[in-house]
Amino acid sequence: MTEVTAQNLTKTYRVGEIEVHALRGVDLKIEGGEFVAIVGPSGSGKSTLFNILGGLTPPTSGTVLIDGRDLIKMSEADRTLLRKTTVGFVFQKYNLLPTLTGADNIEIARDIAGKKGHERDPQFDETLALLGIASRLKHKPRALSGGEQQRIAIARALVNHPALLLADEPTGNLDTENSTAVLSVLQGLNKRLGQTILMITHNPEAAAYAHRTVTMRDGRIV
Amino acid sequence: MIYRLVFENLKHRPVRTLLSVVAIGVEVTLILTLVGVSRGVLGDMAARSRGTGADILIRPPDSAGFTFSLTMPEKVVNVVRAQPHVAMATGTFVKYIDSFNSITGIHVDEFNAMSGGLKVKKGRMFQAPDEIVVDDVYAKQHHLKPGSTTDLAHTWTVSGIVEEGKLSRTFGDIGALQQLFEARGLVSTIYVKLDSPANTAGVKDDLQKLLTNYKIDSIEDFVSLFSVNSVPYIEAFTRVVIGIAVLIGFLVVCLSMYTAVLERTREIGILKALGASPAYIVGILLRETVLLALTGTVVGILMTYGTRSLMAIFAASMPQEIVPDWYLTVAGIALAGSIVGALYPGLRAARQDAIEALAYD
Ligand SMILES: Nc1ncnc2c1ncn2[C@@H]1O[C@H](COP(=O)(O)OP(=O)(O)OP(=O)(O)O)[C@@H](O)[C@H]1O
Ligand SMILES: [Mg+2]
Repeated sequence: MTEVTAQNLTKTYRVGEIEVHALRGVDLKIEGGEFVAIVGPSGSGKSTLFNILGGLTPPTSGTVLIDGRDLIKMSEADRTLLRKTTVGFVFQKYNLLPTLTGADNIEIARDIAGKKGHERDPQFDETLALLGIASRLKHKPRALSGGEQQRIAIARALVNHPALLLADEPTGNLDTENSTAVLSVLQGLNKRLGQTILMITHNPEAAAYAHRTVTMRDGRIV
Repeated sequence: MIYRLVFENLKHRPVRTLLSVVAIGVEVTLILTLVGVSRGVLGDMAARSRGTGADILIRPPDSAGFTFSLTMPEKVVNVVRAQPHVAMATGTFVKYIDSFNSITGIHVDEFNAMSGGLKVKKGRMFQAPDEIVVDDVYAKQHHLKPGSTTDLAHTWTVSGIVEEGKLSRTFGDIGALQQLFEARGLVSTIYVKLDSPANTAGVKDDLQKLLTNYKIDSIEDFVSLFSVNSVPYIEAFTRVVIGIAVLIGFLVVCLSMYTAVLERTREIGILKALGASPAYIVGILLRETVLLALTGTVVGILMTYGTRSLMAIFAASMPQEIVPDWYLTVAGIALAGSIVGALYPGLRAARQDAIEALAYD
């Protein structure tokens, strides 16, 4: 079970002469096995926080501890290893590889994690069925709806059973029925495998699946 | 799995892939054609030297390589004929026009007796002093028929076409040539046929004692000069062409992979977000490169059959050999150039910042 601690995180983007303060001092502690929802208005810094916690981009200042290890002080190779072994991302923009089919998009995540050839967890097929995409896996992203792409992105993030799942609006493009299915899957994994889940959402009904909800506004947690 | 991504990437930009493969193919064909023509031409020259039927040839002092540009007194022929084991000896006079053209003056009767005879396919043997015969290859290349005239340091009438394979591609009467080119009583080479080829080494030694400074070779020693290794400028030229070919492959692959990396910025970011190491990313590009290089090599090998046909049509006197013993080397050359070409794009991809790449649209 992976716990995450963020202390006094700031992130300032510099666009030409203009400075954008995306995070203005965020403190957050997420216990191992917790399922936390992050809500907040658009532009409040949710995705920025998410990218920093996943080691995709460094904060301007502050520290992030993943299971007590300082993310910022790690080498790039160690951060890569962390993403490979511990963290799963569901991006707001799906970020599927356009040249690969849905199935191959999931498979390449296993390949990167070095699990090629290993027997796939039988429960993962159940997950695919629950996500309702089993019949769409042969298609490339181009031929899939936004909601289908989103669910494949979720399946890709789950296939290696990451101890920490960072999901940015995983139900943003889904109807009620599919949202419920996705949220039940996340809840089930959290209960069954003790995965720590951090989920960004705009939807209060989605947030209700989490143990607790954190609200962000103007780069701060309120 | 990674191969599916590699394959899909190549399929995704078919024109770029095709152009890269063709460019590598051209690189490969360039090398194989040069090597094939060098070998073909030398092999053809060797075969024509053997076609004289001689066992030994004698050239004037200071002759080098396989040229016949110097002359010696024709009287030497008689000295040679008087030697034991010598069955026949005949002198020829070679007039060089330029690096590709020469006329060989022969004593028709002696030459025919030694070589088994020039076979006239069309027209007749030369008779008048300004008549020559040419072989079928030369005739085809220069569009000559019996009765045509051709200008080779003099205006000649082609009296006939002979079968190729004996010494030269153009023959005239030795007396006429000696007179015309002010070389009366001089010959370029003496061809010697022995009672038995087994006596070659012994007779050669005896002749050498007799004609101290003359260049005396058994036909087999002489023919062994017609190899790529013993012609320094062919080797040097081959190296230069290989260098140019490698440069082409390098530039094409570098450009192709560079554009691939640029347009895949986002995809590379995704792979990194999934935990792909720089080595994994570079591995994808290298596999693509190797696939391009190997496909290009196969295409290049097939293209040599095309260049061979073109040579046969447009430069019949320069036959091209197909050189399978070079396929591995040329594949190695194509691979090396391509991999070096993929290095910079690969490094760029590996260094790319994941999140910046994901923000890229
Ligand atoms: N790469 C970037 N360069 C410059 N500014 C950025 C960059 N990424 C985000 N920002 C800015 O930082 C602020 C926070 O952005 P962020 O994407 O974290 O918001 P968000 O809470 O995820 O919003 P949304 O709900 O719309 O996804 C915004 O003002 C945004 O314009
Ligand atoms: Mg966002």
